[in-house]
Order: sequence, then C-alpha cells, then structure tokens
Amino acid sequence: MSLAVADTGAAAPLSAADQAQVLAVVERLRDLPGALLPILHAIQDALGHVPAAAVPIVAQGLNLSRAEVHGVISFYHHFRSEPPGRHVLQLCRAEACQAMGARALEHRLRERLRIGFHETTADGAVTLEPVYCLGNCACAPSAMLDGEVRGRLGADALDQWLDDCGVAR
Amino acid sequence: MNASPTPVRVYVPLDTSARAVGADAVARAIAAEAERRGLPLTVVRNGSRGMFWLEPLVEVEAPAGRIGYGPVAVADVPALFEAGFLAGGAHRLRVGAVAELAYFRNQERLCFSRIGTIDPLDLEDYRAHGGWAGLERALAMDGAAIVQAVLDSGLRGRGGAAFPAGIKWKTVLGAEAGQKYIVCNADEGDSGTFSDRMIFEGDPYRLIEGMAIAGLAVGATQGYVYLRSEYPLAFALFREAIDRARAAGWIGADVCGSGRRFELDVRMGAGAYVCGEETSLLESLEGKRGQVRFKPPLPALKGLFGRPTVINNVITLASVPDILAHGAEWYRDYGVGRSRGTLPLQLGGNIRYGGLIEKAFGLTLRELLYDYGGGSASGRPIRAVQVGGPLGAYLPESQFDTPIDYEAFAAIGAMLGHGGIVVFDDTVDMAEQARFAMEFCAIESCGKCTPCRIGSTRGVEVVARIQAAREVERNTALLRSLCDTMLNGSLCALGGLTPYPVLSALNHFPEDFRPRDHAQVA
Repeated sequence: MSLAVADTGAAAPLSAADQAQVLAVVERLRDLPGALLPILHAIQDALGHVPAAAVPIVAQGLNLSRAEVHGVISFYHHFRSEPPGRHVLQLCRAEACQAMGARALEHRLRERLRIGFHETTADGAVTLEPVYCLGNCACAPSAMLDGEVRGRLGADALDQWLDDCGVAR
Repeated sequence: MNASPTPVRVYVPLDTSARAVGADAVARAIAAEAERRGLPLTVVRNGSRGMFWLEPLVEVEAPAGRIGYGPVAVADVPALFEAGFLAGGAHRLRVGAVAELAYFRNQERLCFSRIGTIDPLDLEDYRAHGGWAGLERALAMDGAAIVQAVLDSGLRGRGGAAFPAGIKWKTVLGAEAGQKYIVCNADEGDSGTFSDRMIFEGDPYRLIEGMAIAGLAVGATQGYVYLRSEYPLAFALFREAIDRARAAGWIGADVCGSGRRFELDVRMGAGAYVCGEETSLLESLEGKRGQVRFKPPLPALKGLFGRPTVINNVITLASVPDILAHGAEWYRDYGVGRSRGTLPLQLGGNIRYGGLIEKAFGLTLRELLYDYGGGSASGRPIRAVQVGGPLGAYLPESQFDTPIDYEAFAAIGAMLGHGGIVVFDDTVDMAEQARFAMEFCAIESCGKCTPCRIGSTRGVEVVARIQAAREVERNTALLRSLCDTMLNGSLCALGGLTPYPVLSALNHFPEDFRPRDHAQVA
C-alpha cells in the first residue's frame, strides 16, 4: 500500500442525498472486475464531479487505500474534484482543429470568459476545458457543450453558444 | 412505386459529425414537414457515408436508388419537398446516386461496406447485408483453424504498431488454459482519426462479431471494449448494440446455440491519451492509473488481470468477420508487399473534401490529398500533412508521392499509425506545431519513465526559446539531443514517438525555426 496521503480529512461533507447516491453506486458496481473507473464515472454522472468526501466511501467499498483512489481520480483528465459550472464547454485543441483555426477560438474564449482551461467563470455559468480530439476532424474546428458536439465552429457560432449559456458579451 | 402504401425511407445520419453540423434538426424538420403535407415517410438514422463535406447528407430511397442531397440545412427542407425529393427530384443540393459518386465508388470498402447503408442497430438489416456470416463460419471451425485464417490473411494491427494479428492470436491460443480475454482498444485518441467512431456509430455489430470470432479462436469467454470518453454517442449506441446482440443470442452464454460462451462489456475511458497504449489500457481496465507496463511479459501471456489476452484495435477486429466469411486469400489479394488488405484512411483538418477513404494499400498521399481531398479547404497551398496522429511525422510536399504502405512510410521516418491524415495550409507555423507536440506529450505522459515525463516539459521550453530567437543554434542542437534521448529511452510510443513530429518539423521546415517575428512566444 502506498503511504501517500490523500488529503480528504478537510473535505466538505457530502449531503445526505449525495452520500446515499455514492453508496448506492458503490454497492451496485463494486463486484465488477476493475470496478473503480465505472464507479467514478457513475459518481461524476450523478453529482457532476467526484467530491473528495466520496473518496473514503469508494476506497472502503473496493478495499483500496484512499491514496489509491485519489491517485486514479487525479490521473485521468475526465474526472474532476470540484463541481463544474452550469455548462461545460470543451474546446478541441488537437491538430486537425488547429489547422482550421482552433487557436483563434481558444483566444476568443479566454478573452470573453476571462478564464483559462480548467476554470469556471465567476458567475458559475461555464467551465472551460480542453479536449484532444472529438473524432470530428473532417468538420473542424470542434467543441463539445454539455455533451453535444458542434463542428465547423466559427467565432459567430461560438459567441451565440455563449449567449445561450447566459455569458455576458 | 411512390403510390404504394409503404412509406418512403429517408436516411439522415446519426453520426457524431453529421449531428455536429445539424443532422438532428434536419431529421426533425423532415419528419414535421412530411406530417404537415400528409406524406408517409420513415426517417432512418444511418451511419455516415464518410463524405463529411456533404453532411448533413440526406438520402432518399427513390425508384432509381438512393439519391443524396447535401449539405442540407433546416431552411432547405420545405424546398426539398417542393422539388419532390422523395422521388429523387431535382434540387441544387442533389448530388445524385450516392453509391455512384466518384469519391465513394472508387473506394474498396471492406470494413466500411455497410456503413451509411444500414440502420446501425437493426439486427435484420445487419444480417441482410452479410452480417454474422463470419461468425457462423467460425463456429464450424476449431480455434487453430480460425487463427490460421487470420495469419494467412496477412492482417496486421491497424492501431499503429502494425503487428501481425494472427501471431498475437496464436500466442494466446497456445497460452496456458484458464480464463482468457479479448480486449478491444477503442481509445482512438489521435487527432485526425474517426474510423473507430464511425464503426461504433454506423456498424457496431461488425465489431461484436469480430470479437466473438476472436473469442472462439483463442478460447476466451469474456471480451471488453475500452472506449474513449470523448465519444459519448458511440458509447451509448454500442452499449445498446451489445444488449440487442446478446438478447438475440449472437453473444452471451450460448453463442448461436453452439453451447460456447462469449460475454462482452464496454468500459468508458477517462480522457487519458496514453491509455491507447495497450499495457496502459489494461491497467486502466483493471481500475488503476493508466501507467505503462514493462514488456515482457507480453499481454498475450499476462494481460488483463494477469491472464492471456488478445488486445487489438477496433479496425483490426472489425476486419475479421470478412476474412472468415470470404477467406484469407480474398483479403490477402488486396494490398501491396507486406501490407495486405485495406486501410480506412481519414482525411481531416484543412481539406476541402474531408472524409473516410477505405482503399487497398498502395495509393499515394498525393492521390489522397488532391484526387480525393480536392486540396485545402482554405484554397491555399497545402504545406504540411501530419500522418498517424500527434506522434506522426509532418511531411512536406516533396514526400507526397510516398505510397500508403507500412514499409514505405517507415523508410521515410514516418508511420501510418491509425491512418489519420491532418492537412495544414501554408499559414501553419511549424515551430509552433513542434512546440505543441512536446506540450501534448507533457500533458498526456503517464509519468512512469523520465525521458517522457521530464523530456517533454524540457522540450516545450527549448522550442519556446528557439521561437523567441534565443541562442537558436545551441538550442536547436539541444532539442535534437533531447529528441534522441526520448526516442531511445522512453518506455512506450508516447515519449518514443513525440520526436517524430518535432524532428520532421525541424528537418523539413527549418525556415520556421530561424529567428524572425513570431506572433506567439510562449
């Protein structure tokens, strides 16, 4: 067992409802071979993120150390430990989109949202994340908003998207 | 024929790329307009034909065959009805019989034979178009005979390393008895690739059939598909396909009444590019950090949960049903040299006619870029193409006559990888592309080996210094030395191949690394 310490002692406690959800997920999936990723996905799908206070519950359910669970959460870009904004915008930064102007879109987003990647706007409207390929390379540039992919994304369409998310111009 | 009571079938793709440019809204608009006009029609959500500049491509089953219209916007829908598109009527968006379009007709579609044609989740449609024939043949053979057919076909892994699939299978077949696994690597993370995604969304039973055959061949009763989280639609569709195939008895406890077992499950990745590396993927499937394993032991002997495991890419496994159905020689007759069969190539980035082109090995990059691709989307000259994803070399125009063939690419210090081709016009800054290659490696490194973990971060810094015109000669020499260390000292292909894009940019486009005004200085 690793001696690394996952700092979950100071974690905000889960609400009763969230705790019940986490427990139910662990109970339902713990017997799958290689259950940890399916469990983390299910928690994030239910709560929007994997709260630090869920780590000990998962660890106990799978007979792992908290450090091991924390190590897996922090390894994968997909899992987040903080709640996201009301919308999650993932901009593709990979080469096919670069070739069609993704860098300009990135610049535009940073300017208008006044945040960088992995950050959430102050009003909680949008979390901006990078993504490396959505498999939409023949209709680049691409981004995904709340799970919906858009292609041939121009600056105007992006602005419209942000308007729809309630981001001030 | 239109007077018949059977409703006209109208196809609107459900493919991610088609949806990304509005296919869902078009499908809804067509259904609503038909209802308003009292016209009976059935909207079928098919996979994409892979001619993405035409998406959303609406096809109508007209008396003369399937007639296409594209790209269709919601605003075009009433006019299409006015033009009588349900009978194949003339309209400015009409492209004619889709199967006769030169882009499509000149391909050799084996793996993609059904995609765009069928309703992806309809088991009857799959069977009517040749589905399950390979599995039925395999059920009548013993494991060694199935493995021999795959060996004889010359099929090599389509994920990047191009290792002969049959040899892997033979090793697993001969491994100690007990639990064995079939794992499908569907962590297609290379920019410029979308062929795996198209299989999941357009013909998912093909992969299920290929994996079931692999299970019968080596004696594995459990399969896992590790599918990337960036493909949520593919995941949802594939999960549904597994459920339907199981309910129909094609997989499960009793495959086609044979008494043999093959269970299948799909697991979602979590955004780690390195999990496309097979041992890292296995770690991830086991519920751990996706860190690369040392080899040996080979996954074929000690793979998932320490058991003998066949791990193959989507296209490799999806090629298997046809090899069994039509015979190894039939497959082998396609291709050149030691590159047998076909490769689904994917044209993306700055290209006019981007899409999927499945052809036998041997055509040249230039034919692909100009005959199929029609040159750049921007209309400017093509300056560089990156083949094989973010770890692939950047090729200049002088190398565009290279044939698509594993050995020919290796000979020019490049690789075909997963068959993705990303096109850049002459506005590209190759020093910036080199910097990005290092940055990507730094973001995605699993951290296990030092050349990759530290080298990539140092690489970003060194390229940035060159871009800032600081001691260019010295830093260029340092960059080359660093690349040499990464190439020879890294544990897996991530650190080991990142030097390919960096060095090819440096070698073929040295002018971009010379002091001048740079817009972006890191």
